[in-house]
Amino acid sequence: METLKDKCAIVGIGQTPFLLDSGRTELSFALEAIKLAIEDAGLTSKDIDGFVSYTLDTSASDAILANNLGTPDIAYAGQLPHAGGSGCGMVAHACAAVMAGLADYVVCWRALTDSNFTSNRMQRLAVHQPFSRDADDFLRPFGWTLSTMEAFAMACRRHMYEYGTTIEQIATIPITARKYAARNPRALRRDPLTVEEYMSWPIAVDPIRQFERSAIADVGGACVVTSAERAKACRHRPVYVMAAGQGSGPLPGATYEMWNHRPVITETAAKYLAPRLYNMAGVRPEDIDVAELYDCFPFTCLALIEDYGFCAKGEGGAFIQDGRIELGGQLPLNTHGGHQAEGYIHGFSHVLEGVRQLRGTSTAQVEDAELVLVGSAWTCPTSGLILRR
Amino acid sequence: MEKTTNYEKPLPQIRPDTAPFWEGCKRHELLIQRCSDCGTFRHPPRPMCPECNSLNSEWVKVTKGTVYSYTVVHDRPMPVLYLPGFANDRPLAIVLVELPEAGNIRMVSNIVDCRSEDLKIGTPVEVVFDDVTEEITLPKFKPTA
Repeated sequence: METLKDKCAIVGIGQTPFLLDSGRTELSFALEAIKLAIEDAGLTSKDIDGFVSYTLDTSASDAILANNLGTPDIAYAGQLPHAGGSGCGMVAHACAAVMAGLADYVVCWRALTDSNFTSNRMQRLAVHQPFSRDADDFLRPFGWTLSTMEAFAMACRRHMYEYGTTIEQIATIPITARKYAARNPRALRRDPLTVEEYMSWPIAVDPIRQFERSAIADVGGACVVTSAERAKACRHRPVYVMAAGQGSGPLPGATYEMWNHRPVITETAAKYLAPRLYNMAGVRPEDIDVAELYDCFPFTCLALIEDYGFCAKGEGGAFIQDGRIELGGQLPLNTHGGHQAEGYIHGFSHVLEGVRQLRGTSTAQVEDAELVLVGSAWTCPTSGLILRR
Repeated sequence: MEKTTNYEKPLPQIRPDTAPFWEGCKRHELLIQRCSDCGTFRHPPRPMCPECNSLNSEWVKVTKGTVYSYTVVHDRPMPVLYLPGFANDRPLAIVLVELPEAGNIRMVSNIVDCRSEDLKIGTPVEVVFDDVTEEITLPKFKPTA
């Protein structure tokens, strides 16, 4: 069976600065990021003939983008359900479109502003009601907001109970993210974090703490995907897509409305996706040089480390100790600082940082990085990529 | 429990697929849906059995549970994340209860008559009913005496 392995490449990346209270529209961030990605690829906007986005992105439609960019024709426009789970999935869809001959140069993007993301959150979740309506009626009357936090808290508490995972262990994720962020001028949270400071944060949705949430700001990110053949003519060394895909596991949901009913609540959808990714790429977890894994909250990242097979289920808390996820460690993780420290963009910055690592341009460059695994959020479907240089 | 007329918290909408659950609660019976063909329990209620795809179901009364996991909401990082009527319910214990009388499927609820600091995974609980409006009764749980 033919797959997309090595058939396509990411040839351009663009990321705006993370700005606080910029007063700008999400559309302007989307356009700025896309312009940067097209220039980075050595292309012009006239070359772009495909767009892929998240359904939860409120920045623009493909038509609005085309009206601003002046693209002569949209040959392919695709949308993936929801948000954080679909960062890598956008690249998967772009590859599928390119391989199928539907389009030549496909842009994937995500833009959000803090004001819009935060204030319109409940409204946007209401838009997803048709997906989750009946399940919502068994959550909201009990104070469950359909935010992510309750689901992560339930799963984290159960993980602590079953495996003895401690809050101090989990703190290693944001502490390490700050170390990477200190090297990254784009990052919002560049001050060092100690375990004592982390433990002193007030508890929000127990055991999740108040300042564990991502660094939310105003930002746009974009990339350009094309065929491996066309990639050779682009400006930078191509970053080839060895494997890409989406996965949900049983009882998926638009947000987390069915999470409580999944067979194992400490297990993410990546558990189902990971074997397919590794099979498609023909590599194993121990071959991966760098991992960029969605980290909206520290525990969610810990569970992804386990479910992508970097350690056994339940051993994540111990695995991330002793510098193992730092630069020079066994599995450098979120080398841009991730959502915990660089800034929040629904998993898309993880894709962009994976590309930087394989170009050799990360602010925390892993020496001779050849294989990067990128993983998106738990939300169903989740998605992932294995990239190579 | 006292009925209130100005209840502000979100209420379930009673729809054909979920009505037997809420009608049961109104009678102070916790009814869990079971496939009448293969016997698999499911929750939340929905039209089709995910095991055998049967559209036939029946409702089984249960009373007991075990705390499978829980969270206590002390504060939320964004005010928009408070649902109407819940802003002052702090700390708010949300529990995930496993139902041994229904194939160990789970449901979300609140715990009553239990200090949040005493909440533990594995705590045996039993259902109690909170008549929050004339039409709606919510099933909640208290530690088994």
